[in-house]
Amino acid sequence: MVPSVAYSTVATLVQIVLVVLLGPMLIGFMAKVKARAEGRVGAPINQPLRDLRKLLSKERLHARHASVVLPFAPMVILAATSVAVAISPLVTTHPLLGSSADILVIVYLLLTGSVAAALAGLDAGTAFGGMGASRAMTIGALAEPALLVAVVALSIQSGTSNLPSMISTTLTHPNWVSGPSRLLALVALVIVVIAETGRLPVDNPSTHLELTMIHEAMILEYAGPELALVTLGASMRLGLLFSLIANLFFPWGIATSGSILGLLLGITVLVAKTALVAFGVSLIEVRSAKLRLFRLPELLAGGFVLSVLAVITGLVTR
Amino acid sequence: MSTTYVGALELASGAVLVSAIMTLWRRQVRSIVTMLSLQGIALAGVAVVLATHEHDKALLATGLLVLVVKGFVVPGLLRRVSQLDPNSRESAPLVNVPASLVFAAVLIVLSYVVSSRVTSFAPTVATHLTPIGIATVLVGYFMLVTRRRAVSKIVGLILVDNGIALVTFLLTSGVPLIVELGSSLDVLLVVVVLQFLVVNMGRHLRTNELAEMKALHD
Repeated sequence: MVPSVAYSTVATLVQIVLVVLLGPMLIGFMAKVKARAEGRVGAPINQPLRDLRKLLSKERLHARHASVVLPFAPMVILAATSVAVAISPLVTTHPLLGSSADILVIVYLLLTGSVAAALAGLDAGTAFGGMGASRAMTIGALAEPALLVAVVALSIQSGTSNLPSMISTTLTHPNWVSGPSRLLALVALVIVVIAETGRLPVDNPSTHLELTMIHEAMILEYAGPELALVTLGASMRLGLLFSLIANLFFPWGIATSGSILGLLLGITVLVAKTALVAFGVSLIEVRSAKLRLFRLPELLAGGFVLSVLAVITGLVTR
Repeated sequence: MSTTYVGALELASGAVLVSAIMTLWRRQVRSIVTMLSLQGIALAGVAVVLATHEHDKALLATGLLVLVVKGFVVPGLLRRVSQLDPNSRESAPLVNVPASLVFAAVLIVLSYVVSSRVTSFAPTVATHLTPIGIATVLVGYFMLVTRRRAVSKIVGLILVDNGIALVTFLLTSGVPLIVELGSSLDVLLVVVVLQFLVVNMGRHLRTNELAEMKALHD
């Protein structure tokens, strides 16, 4: 049964609102898990949301040499991420414009956001901004092949690269999820997502050490409301990627029909699933030290080989 | 044909190749040996799954033999060698780690392209998985050629042997028990001889990088 347009519109709006809240909450949750694992109490889970509110009430400040790129980049980041969130199947398999939610479209919408952030980093002409932008682009370029090949592996199995159909076909073939091709693609995607969201073995989100920071260096010139927008964009991206991983590898609970009850269930299950993914990632973070920048190609090349392996096993076992 | 059989066979043969890739990925000799042990266990898993599916007692015995020799005895011996040099790591392979991982991806694609022609003659679930065995053999040769440490070279040799064993299991449902017994003991013997070689090299030359051996000593 295909739900009505009104239902899809509501579901899409719910998705956007949910990810705006969920992304920062997930970051707070991961910080909490890390703190507890290290024997500290840690900040409350909604601390990132409070930080955003604080930043939004501050005045706008721009560097003297900044051009028009600096104020525009946060809007591009936020717009691209929101479009990706709106068309992805997060709480329902029938979002508005779901037919255009090809997985490659999502990948490149997120890439648009990264390019905007890198341009903003270069804009003010400071050393750290340029360094951060160059590092972020290097990691992005290394993660891209692994991501795309892993996506190919997933779409070989489903016979489509449209995200809502991929998730629906997985729901009707539950034995796919435990197949070797899916598992390899999962490991490859987790490596890529850790790199793309700047989590610990790749980037340390809680430090401002000049030698190691990547994302923090890139956004060093931002302050006040614009910093809030950039940070919100980054956390929405994290929320979106975690939800996609959860839904691609464990799609049960997502709303497939047009009922309100299904939608509520979809929201609850999505929150639970992403919290589980966040818990897993923060356990990885607790156990690992940041890799040297020059060792990162090794990690991401490993992800690439695993995704090639996923494609080949997908072809072999088809 | 049950889906559990297909799933278990795919998972076990996939694990053989993944652990082969992991030996290229890790640098620490200790964790390379752990991966080798996992590979031996996965290989035994392939044999046991095939044996239970075809009710073949000899193959089951072969699987148990593989589990003991390749899963525990050979890695145990290698672990003892690596304990002599606790900080031993593959510090400077001839081809660096990212490049060798990408090369491994090329080898996997190559083995798929080559063996898909062969497997189309007898398309069963098991023969479809042959590319995985051939890829393991190629990764093993690659490791033999590009790594400098003597222990890594032994690991490469065992990877080649495991790959050949996987191909024979998948294509012929296992060779006779006596042949497998012979080849497993051969590998064990080779490992023991190489272990003596490594230990003696370490004692006499204070290195176990083969490239640094330039002359023969009495």
